[in-house]
Amino acid sequence: MDTFTQLANGFAIALTFENLFLAFVGCILGTIIGALPGLGPANGVAILIPLAFSLGLPATPALILLTSVYYGAMYGGRISSILLNIPGDEPAMMTTLDGYPMAQKGQAGEALAISGIASFVGSFFATWGLVFLAPSLVALALLFGPAEYFALYLLAFATLGGLASANQAKAALAAALGLGIAMIGVDGQTGVPRFSFGEVHLYDGIDFLVAIVGLFAVAEVFVFLEHKGEREAADEGDKLSVTGRTIPPLSMLKETAGSMGRGTIVGFFAGVLPGAGASLGSFLAYGFEKKLKNKNDTFGKGDPRGVAAPEAGNNASAGGALVPMLALGVPGSGTTAVLLAMLMTLNVQPGPLLFQQNPDVVWGLIAALFIGNIMLLILNLPLVAVFARVLLIPVRYLMPAVAMISFVSVYGISGSSFDVMMMVIFGLLGWLLRKMEIPTVPVILGILLGNAMEVNLRRELTISDGNLMALFDSPLAITLWLMAIGGFLIPIVAGRFFRRPEGVTEKEAEANVGD
Amino acid sequence: MTDRIFGGLMVALAAFFIWAAFQIQLSFITDPLGPRAFPIVIGVVLGLTGLIVALRPDPEPDWPALPRILEIVAAAVVFFAYGQLLSVLGFLICTFVAGGYLSWRLGAPPLKAVAAGAAISIGIYVVFHLILGLALARGPFGI
Repeated sequence: MDTFTQLANGFAIALTFENLFLAFVGCILGTIIGALPGLGPANGVAILIPLAFSLGLPATPALILLTSVYYGAMYGGRISSILLNIPGDEPAMMTTLDGYPMAQKGQAGEALAISGIASFVGSFFATWGLVFLAPSLVALALLFGPAEYFALYLLAFATLGGLASANQAKAALAAALGLGIAMIGVDGQTGVPRFSFGEVHLYDGIDFLVAIVGLFAVAEVFVFLEHKGEREAADEGDKLSVTGRTIPPLSMLKETAGSMGRGTIVGFFAGVLPGAGASLGSFLAYGFEKKLKNKNDTFGKGDPRGVAAPEAGNNASAGGALVPMLALGVPGSGTTAVLLAMLMTLNVQPGPLLFQQNPDVVWGLIAALFIGNIMLLILNLPLVAVFARVLLIPVRYLMPAVAMISFVSVYGISGSSFDVMMMVIFGLLGWLLRKMEIPTVPVILGILLGNAMEVNLRRELTISDGNLMALFDSPLAITLWLMAIGGFLIPIVAGRFFRRPEGVTEKEAEANVGD
Repeated sequence: MTDRIFGGLMVALAAFFIWAAFQIQLSFITDPLGPRAFPIVIGVVLGLTGLIVALRPDPEPDWPALPRILEIVAAAVVFFAYGQLLSVLGFLICTFVAGGYLSWRLGAPPLKAVAAGAAISIGIYVVFHLILGLALARGPFGI
């Protein structure tokens, strides 16, 4: 019952006028960010963090604003998947497979409505999952000492590429690059400068927000410059408007209810697993549903169940991904990494202690997620046509605005043009890495977790007086090490079984990275 | 070829990183591991993975033609200039130029690009500075 008392307290926090307003703004911004191809949840949230920070929002309202954006983006991604055949963000990729054919058949309204309801079901039950799973994970996490934390961080890196990782060497290289960047600056334990080469700006290290906005948002601008012209020509041809009924017939709801349920369960567990993220959640949910229900070969030709399952899946995994982020402080996807960055900026350390020291933050957030979900359902069913209009803004006006807002946002952190320069360098790096299919999320995670990882390693060795075997001292630590090694090696052996089907990979290149 | 060059560069970077790690001064406060060990381990991982990428390259990525690469370089130069001139010319002028430039390069006709630059610059100024109270770089006219 304790959980319910705390949840009730959470609602008391979330139901203030200010927090409700922030949740509402976050939901609208999130839906738009998700709907626009080229602006995904990770870079959308990344741009907004420095803004929330410089506006002086306290931890709870800031978190409510940004997780509403995160949830909203998971709803919004489907709009362009269905209407343009271009996923608005990476997790919405699977929705194009049946959503666009439905729109071509004149059922765009039904597709949007079913996917909206599926999104609601997915995130609603996933938020309940978060309510019950996170506290028990916290109980486990309290057993963690420095050695276990060190192994847990390794596990996060090892599994970040996910089961679909194509090249583990590149994923590990990206992680090493990020960890190396994290080492720049004054060493917190001994006070000596490292890798700063006498440059004063580097003494504080490289701000992870600068790196995140550069790698996600600025890199995206370069991608658009590279492909300008190509995409717009394609857009004009197959842009579909909202046709059909935006309230789905009851029979269709009945038909898809099972798909939503299964998608939710598959998606939630995919989200909780380290390194999976929402893209894998929707991918697995779609694949599972297709295996189960594709008797008449209707999938890929506009089957409503093919829209319901992946949408429930990606929203459920978005909720699931919050579990390890809040309870252990280890994010499993690009966007949760960005949310972790925000907590760190606000001096809130996620992890088991968060639930004890700042229960108002956690439970206020969870209550806000429930409220935001209901707002999103209302925004996304009757008002979906309004959001569809946003897609009509041409890229040539949209991207400059996004770029300039990222500059303002980064300049707002410290008011230094050095940070702006660093951001552009990270933008170029991000573009290069994406060209070479080197994942950027491990770089971010490396920058975020590098110092905590080193601190835990050194703390453990201080306790054990330099004995390296202390790292494998407890059964828990050994388990984590084995999981990390297994998680790194399995994709090398079994990766091709999990890889995305042909045709989707091309769309993936167009969608933005790092759900 | 790209992977071979990049992998090679990463091996070189790793070597430099490890060398720089050995240059880190030790302070009188010490712990068993010290400030050098973890960076050295990272450098080794970076070097090894760079070597693997160089030795077992993926298929060549789809590089854009030279004009497009120049396009990206030009945009980066504009962004650098933006960062440098922000403290001299202030937010409004810099954002007008950079936003307009980007809009033009992404395919807007020149006049519309100028309008877009002005709209973006003034729009951000109104929303973020006047309404939300965010500090923006001041220009010669005090705005």
